[in-house]
Amino acid sequence: MDFTYDDEQLALREAVRGLLATTYADHDSRRRTVAEDPGFDRALWGRLAEMGVLGLPFSEEHGGVGAGPVEIGIVCRELGRVLAPEPYLASVVHAGGLVAAVGTPAQKADLLGRLSAGELVLAAAGTAPGTGRASGAAGVRASVSGDAWTLDGVADPVVGGESADVLVVTAALPDDAGTGVFLVESGAAAVTGYAAADLTRAASVRFDASDATPLGEPGRDLRASVATIADLTRIMGANQALGVMESQVRATTDYLKSRKQFGVTLNTFQALTFRAADMYVSLELATSVVDWATMTIAGGDRHAVADAADRAGLQVSRAGRHIGQEAIQLHGGIGMTAEYAVGVGTAHLEVLDQWLGNGLHHLSRLSARVTDHDLVEALS
Amino acid sequence: MQLELSAEDAAFREEMRTFFTTEVSQQIRDTVLEGRHLTKDQIVESQQVLNAAGLAVPHWPVEWGGKDWTDLQRHLWHEEMQRAGVPIPLAFNASMIGPVIAQFGSQAQKERFLPATANLDIWWSQGFSEPDAGSDLASLRTSAVRDGDDWVVNGQKTWTTLGQHGDWIFTLVRTDPEVKKQAGISMLLIDMTTPGVEVRPIELIDGGHEVNEVWFSDVRVPGDLLVGEPGQGWTIAKFLLGNERVGVAPVGATKRALATLKTTAADQLDDPLVRARVAELENDLLALELTALRVVAHSAGGEPHPASSVLKLRGTELQQAVSELALDLAGPASLAARAGDDSPQEGWARRSAPTYLNLRKASIYGGSNEVQRQIISRTILGL
Repeated sequence: MDFTYDDEQLALREAVRGLLATTYADHDSRRRTVAEDPGFDRALWGRLAEMGVLGLPFSEEHGGVGAGPVEIGIVCRELGRVLAPEPYLASVVHAGGLVAAVGTPAQKADLLGRLSAGELVLAAAGTAPGTGRASGAAGVRASVSGDAWTLDGVADPVVGGESADVLVVTAALPDDAGTGVFLVESGAAAVTGYAAADLTRAASVRFDASDATPLGEPGRDLRASVATIADLTRIMGANQALGVMESQVRATTDYLKSRKQFGVTLNTFQALTFRAADMYVSLELATSVVDWATMTIAGGDRHAVADAADRAGLQVSRAGRHIGQEAIQLHGGIGMTAEYAVGVGTAHLEVLDQWLGNGLHHLSRLSARVTDHDLVEALS
Repeated sequence: MQLELSAEDAAFREEMRTFFTTEVSQQIRDTVLEGRHLTKDQIVESQQVLNAAGLAVPHWPVEWGGKDWTDLQRHLWHEEMQRAGVPIPLAFNASMIGPVIAQFGSQAQKERFLPATANLDIWWSQGFSEPDAGSDLASLRTSAVRDGDDWVVNGQKTWTTLGQHGDWIFTLVRTDPEVKKQAGISMLLIDMTTPGVEVRPIELIDGGHEVNEVWFSDVRVPGDLLVGEPGQGWTIAKFLLGNERVGVAPVGATKRALATLKTTAADQLDDPLVRARVAELENDLLALELTALRVVAHSAGGEPHPASSVLKLRGTELQQAVSELALDLAGPASLAARAGDDSPQEGWARRSAPTYLNLRKASIYGGSNEVQRQIISRTILGL
């Protein structure tokens, strides 16, 4: 049992942190980036590809790096620290994860290679991981005529959908045969982009007899794989949220030490420092569960991963509300402004949470299982 | 990063689990698991079973019965003990005065006290808090004045837990009123049968007799019972209280209490609101346990990790929260708190209100949770 990063993981963290700092040295850079299309920095995306970060989860034979969940978690945490709007979770972790899980060898080699190289942006459409409909696909239906598949319906929100070249769409198979996953060229669907509350981009995607290519074996029910990739994405989203919260706790303590009112710095007031202490407690507890959940992925048991995703999701949701709200409150008015990172971080936490699975969703799932065990075992 | 225990640690955990569930009497373990009070004899018996197997004081120096375990092994020992319902070795002996004498005591003190302390042949009480010195311990006033080779002690201690069983009491006394308040404190070991020592019970809101006042009137204490040097008491107290925080988050016991509640109140688990409260608590306890593991893995050289304040703060909150759930599930049956054993209400329900009230103490002792927040904001956050 070990909760520390090894030297290579620390080096990865420093490298990613250093690269992100060149683009998002301050919050102004992020503001400028999200204000213009495509809502993230294409040059940074290319440099992330060169560094191997975009191919991190995928095997070397498919053009990736073949790294483990801890490494992917490190990247997500660093993206969270600077509120990076790049669609890493949506494109690489979620959509790429679906391709890697269910694609044919030829599809993987083609799509994952180009995704890793930064030549192709993917987005997952048709399900949001945390809606409770994760393994279904009520909004989009697939039809088949001969060998030709088409899709109809609406997927919304499709995070990163606006700039995706290929959509990885989860859709209901004909004759209630379960859930299929399809590839749709973005030109074959009507994509309407918008900004979410944190100014990252999402889209509403309408399919109208849109040509689609089955991912993997045509007609096969892929519900279990779709759910597992949603769980993995939830855990990586929890890592990203942790990065946001780390920054918020640090910014808040720095502010309390420097901001003066009544002629003294704010850390003179115990009413404020105690609240900062409670933020730290929430951060530490959330870190423990997120690290644990990330390590659980390596074990490969999909039921254990589903449980870990619910547990990390609930913990991070609670911590995000607490830290996100207190970060604004302890900053006062400046925390309400768009020019300051703290309040935007709170918006980002909320977007991650509502997209990937909020506290209510995870608590509901955990509650259903509460009589399945005597104790929750931290260590197997 | 790796989640699995090493083969060696997994075997160690199995060894502990087997010992605790087979060697300590079922009657004692049931008493703990059901949240009933242990008698003095049960506490002594349990500790002596552990001590005979070398498992009572594993964190002491090896020459005095310690095991030279890793912090993780000590953590696993502590957790498995709680999980099995084995009483934790008496904290005053095993966690407080034992390590202090081993660290600061004379050779004669070590030989006289350590074996008897490990085996609970001596029951120690703690004489730190006073009516006007609680969280601000350094303002204590109980005085010890030199008279030849002896010290003469006068004053009052309070909140002396289980002092009614005490054979000896380790005290902080003011030996020099002229210097800065921390510098004038010393630690004296006092035989509680000495003339002038009086123990008076304090009745608590749960109806129990758990704590006491201890009065000292011209109590004569031989000079060789001062630990370390005169004026070293504050340093010793900080050492002792630092140790206290390490084991103060009863993760295993709280997990066990919640699991037991799922069985005893099983009929109410059809209610989704009840299930949600259980699920939320289970998740919070998982977070606490994993944080304890992180702290254990990162503690260096026996120094408590600064995040141990998180464990005390959150551990006691969750201990209290589980007792609140028990009380809510007991509902009207909890009114039978002081009914006799012929009450038609179930034992767990009758105990729920006293337990809830009793556990309010947890956020006060061991450095109150406000003191923990102070430590976090100052030491960790630099505020």
